Amino acid sequence: MSGIGLALGLIVLAIIVRLLPTYYIGLLTEALILGIFAMGLDLLLGHTGLPSLGHSAYFGAAGYTMAILSLRLQQSSWVSASAGLVVSLIIAAIYGLLALRTSGVYFMMITLALAQVLWGIAFGWRSMTGGDDGLPGIARPELRALFPWSLQPPANFFTAVLIIFVIVVAALYVLVRSPFGYTLHGIRESEARMACLGYHVWWHKYVAVLIAGGVAGIAGILFVYYHGFVSPAELSLVLSAEGLLMVILGGSGTLFGPALGAIVVVFLRNLISAYTERWLLILGLIYLLVVLCAPNGIVGAIRARLPGWLDREAEA
Amino acid sequence: MTSLSIEGLSKNFGGLQALHDLSLEIQPGERRAIIGPNGAGKTTLFHLIGGQLSPSSGRISLFGREVTKLPPFRRAALGLARTFQIITLFLDLTVMENMLLAVQALDSVRFVLYRPLTGYRNIVSQARSLLEQWNLWEKRRTLVRHLSYGEQRQLEILLAVAQMPRVLLLDEPTAGLSPVETQQVVAMIQHLDPSITVLLIEHDMDVAFQVAQQITVLHNGRLLADGPPEAIRKDSTVAEIYLGVE
Repeated sequence: MSGIGLALGLIVLAIIVRLLPTYYIGLLTEALILGIFAMGLDLLLGHTGLPSLGHSAYFGAAGYTMAILSLRLQQSSWVSASAGLVVSLIIAAIYGLLALRTSGVYFMMITLALAQVLWGIAFGWRSMTGGDDGLPGIARPELRALFPWSLQPPANFFTAVLIIFVIVVAALYVLVRSPFGYTLHGIRESEARMACLGYHVWWHKYVAVLIAGGVAGIAGILFVYYHGFVSPAELSLVLSAEGLLMVILGGSGTLFGPALGAIVVVFLRNLISAYTERWLLILGLIYLLVVLCAPNGIVGAIRARLPGWLDREAEA
Repeated sequence: MTSLSIEGLSKNFGGLQALHDLSLEIQPGERRAIIGPNGAGKTTLFHLIGGQLSPSSGRISLFGREVTKLPPFRRAALGLARTFQIITLFLDLTVMENMLLAVQALDSVRFVLYRPLTGYRNIVSQARSLLEQWNLWEKRRTLVRHLSYGEQRQLEILLAVAQMPRVLLLDEPTAGLSPVETQQVVAMIQHLDPSITVLLIEHDMDVAFQVAQQITVLHNGRLLADGPPEAIRKDSTVAEIYLGVE
């Protein structure tokens, strides 16, 4: 029943969006894309307890790979988008090996350093990446076999992003309730207990890093198609930190919280940038406010006031 | 075959010799208490057996298989389970979630990503029957951090039991418990499958003498005495250094 309700709600959303000005459709599209990014990051931060401060690495690596393949090598969007996803997984596989040797604050530092390596390459290798100017002119694909409408109109592109968003949410929903998802929660709570129970903790964390990297890759590809442009900002510390803020603002370890956080951050940034250029300062203040007033984020605060709503499901 | 065998085990922390050349042979189904004053090396011994620490020298074998260099999760797969002096549970998960993690630990479903755990009836019903048996079923939806200390201690032992261990290490299972809770934990230990080998560290002499058939006394990292409770009670050196009798 709730599945049908949800489906109807999504269809209504897709229709209502068509009535909005193009500008707001764009904001919603960006919010959904960054929502995918934040939910992937939350798999590490909220569910597994791994604070990654370099999650933009997978987002940007996928975006750059796709942009370079389609602009410099004239590959089809199928090839360049799949290659983007594969590269984000490969980077996650390599970075996971290095970063999982540490934990806690050291994990944050090493993920930050590893992401900065990619940022440095994108910034410095002008002939390939365009350096600071980035790579403009990436055309949105036409995927008529899957999606019978053109992706050029903003409302249509929004619908396509919404479909992918729903697929990612559904996959993560199933994942966190699966036996494997439970092991991630166990690792967050006590690695020592998990090891004593017989779990190969490292391996579970590694799979989580791969999945989170792949999800960030999907978001990165959508983001670059949305803007038609990729720049070092997509690999930057700012994006990684914004991702963390979305997760914490919405509520880490809750499935929809990070997506909610993404919507709030995107709309606030847009609103505030009308008045000041000091967006990062405001972002920092919001972060402080959330940590002080609602340490469990928006979803956590709602749960505290409405016990039972969106609460942990009764088992068995 | 011995279930747990320790040969010449030593552990140094820098200049401190926490354990010195300790050898023990423990038979299947044996209930043995490790006693000794603070700093005797009891918890160090458990960390070495569990794999939380690695020894400076010596060998540890489980059922004839050397495990000295194996990580904790491999030892768990060979049938070793343990509790910690400081309760180690999943505090922000519910009682039921804690149990489910213990029950599925050695089942291949732990790698399944695409089906809800609660859909695995055998795992859920096994977790349920253990909780019902020890009166924690009513609390299944409670977060572990909201349980009383005694209930947490019981749950920790229950998680270890859910692993269906062949060797169970209990590090001070009754420390900090009320007399009633202590008797509940004693009952749990006494109700364990008699084929399980149980090693426990215990400061409460009544408990040690109640559940153990063998007592090992450690002092300054060395084996001081070893034998059945009556013999240990009568041992004059043990009385002198540990039981406080002049």
